Amino acid sequence: MHPAFSVIFLTTLIGIGQGLFLALFTGQVYALGNLIPVQASQGFYAVGSLLSLLFLLLGLVASVFHLGRPERAWRAVTQWRTSWLSREVIVLPLFMLLVFLYGVVHYLGWTAPLFLVAGTLPVDLSLIIGLLASIAAFALFVCTAMIYASLKFLQEWYTPLTVLNYTLLGLASGFMFAAAFSAYIGVDLVSLFGTWAVVFTLLGAGSRGASLVRNRALRDKYGLRTAIGVRHPQMKQLSQGFMGGAFNTREFFHGRTPGALRLIRWFFLLAVFPIPVALIAAGYGLQSPSLPIAAFALQYLGLIAERWYFFAEARHPQNIYYQSMA
Amino acid sequence: MSQLALVIDLNVCVGCHACVTSCKEWNSSGWAGPLPDENPYGADPSGVFFNRVQTYEVGCFPHTETIHFPKSCLHCEDPPCVPVCPTGASYKRADNGIVLVDYDKCIGCKYCAWACPYGAREIDAQNKVMKKCTLCVDRVTDQSLPESERKPACVLACPTSARIFGDIHDPDSAASVAIREQGGYQLQPEWGTQPANHYLPRRRSLMQIHEDELIRADNPLRKEEVEMPIEQGDTLDDVAW
Repeated sequence: MHPAFSVIFLTTLIGIGQGLFLALFTGQVYALGNLIPVQASQGFYAVGSLLSLLFLLLGLVASVFHLGRPERAWRAVTQWRTSWLSREVIVLPLFMLLVFLYGVVHYLGWTAPLFLVAGTLPVDLSLIIGLLASIAAFALFVCTAMIYASLKFLQEWYTPLTVLNYTLLGLASGFMFAAAFSAYIGVDLVSLFGTWAVVFTLLGAGSRGASLVRNRALRDKYGLRTAIGVRHPQMKQLSQGFMGGAFNTREFFHGRTPGALRLIRWFFLLAVFPIPVALIAAGYGLQSPSLPIAAFALQYLGLIAERWYFFAEARHPQNIYYQSMA
Repeated sequence: MSQLALVIDLNVCVGCHACVTSCKEWNSSGWAGPLPDENPYGADPSGVFFNRVQTYEVGCFPHTETIHFPKSCLHCEDPPCVPVCPTGASYKRADNGIVLVDYDKCIGCKYCAWACPYGAREIDAQNKVMKKCTLCVDRVTDQSLPESERKPACVLACPTSARIFGDIHDPDSAASVAIREQGGYQLQPEWGTQPANHYLPRRRSLMQIHEDELIRADNPLRKEEVEMPIEQGDTLDDVAW
């Protein structure tokens, strides 16, 4: 497939937004359990929610560039019964609304407990909205990934690993951003978010590695034999039927050399996984506020390459029909 | 429910591209149009086509065969491009099974093109919507046309009658008979899309001649085998009337 930067930015940016929100809510739950000190509502949660919302908004803006007719995008909410894309179009604004409400509740300080659960757990408005938003965040990961994982003849994507990768890499980058954010504003949560970021990064390395290994072993079982329905061991295309370009020759080919592909793969394998982990570890050791920021920035660059590679590595079966111009 | 479809005879197709140009002509000006070309006279022309004729070589020289392979939307009975559409612009007609795009609802997200294993859909870069073969729905359903012209433009254009148009759910249609009796097959059946369009395979035309057809069995005088002393001349059997 030809990687479209609109979709690359959409999926990576909303991944950060989702992960960042889940990090904030994790922080709130930790504070609720008295595992970490309670943070200032306005400074930490409200600004954090705003940043999460900003990432989601940037992703949404990027997605608009993917559409030929963005003015009709509202129609995309109608086919939620069958289309994962439609489901994503519904869940993304819903999640944004919940994050917005979560930020507003924290900003206005409406965090007085509404009731007690089991006599010990004080439940306030932010906890309820946060829980709903967390569910929406995971639903959004599933919707985004299932857009690709539901296409059964794109075998590189047709695996539960796709959903796992989108979820884990989104969580990793979001928690990484939370660590960087905490380091920047000087909140004592860098090690909490950093630890989780490292955990998700390592889990992501495992699942992304597994999908790379799986995709390497994939073979086109049928090829031309069923594509044109002729059984012969020696067949080749003489002409694709036209001398110029077409949608079919542009949309489904990445047009890069195997060497370039290898380079991009190695870049993302290093930039997403080991180097940010090392930077976070070094930042923890040196108590440096700038290293977590560097870790996040590098991981995000790597994630752009990772998403690019995700699209490029999928070999669409229609490409069988476009192997020779003339 | 009927399912209109094409049956394309690869044994007959000569690769003349008449179906391609006829399709382009009809659909540039018809209901599905336009099919814009970009840079048509420049160095890198590009454009939208619903139908292409490709050419394949099978075998190793000197035992090679050239196969001309017309390729368009197959109007699958279980089309993977329809359920993925977020707006409902991509749909399959309930009355005749033609898969169509509602150009007023399409947002140009290209997801349906990704979901089609045959590469049958092409984006119209000028109107920013997805386009595809309509099986000339505006011709085949037009009651004002004479019955014989209610066929897709490609079928009417084909000089060798390599394209048969008909309802493959009607067992007595020419299309169904051709599929049944001449080994009609579907493309990439492994994905379970149930393409409605079928292809008839290349067949080598061999004439079987048995010995008793060369030597008359009913030949009491054994004319061919007996050496006659003098030339006998033509018999009645040898004279063409």
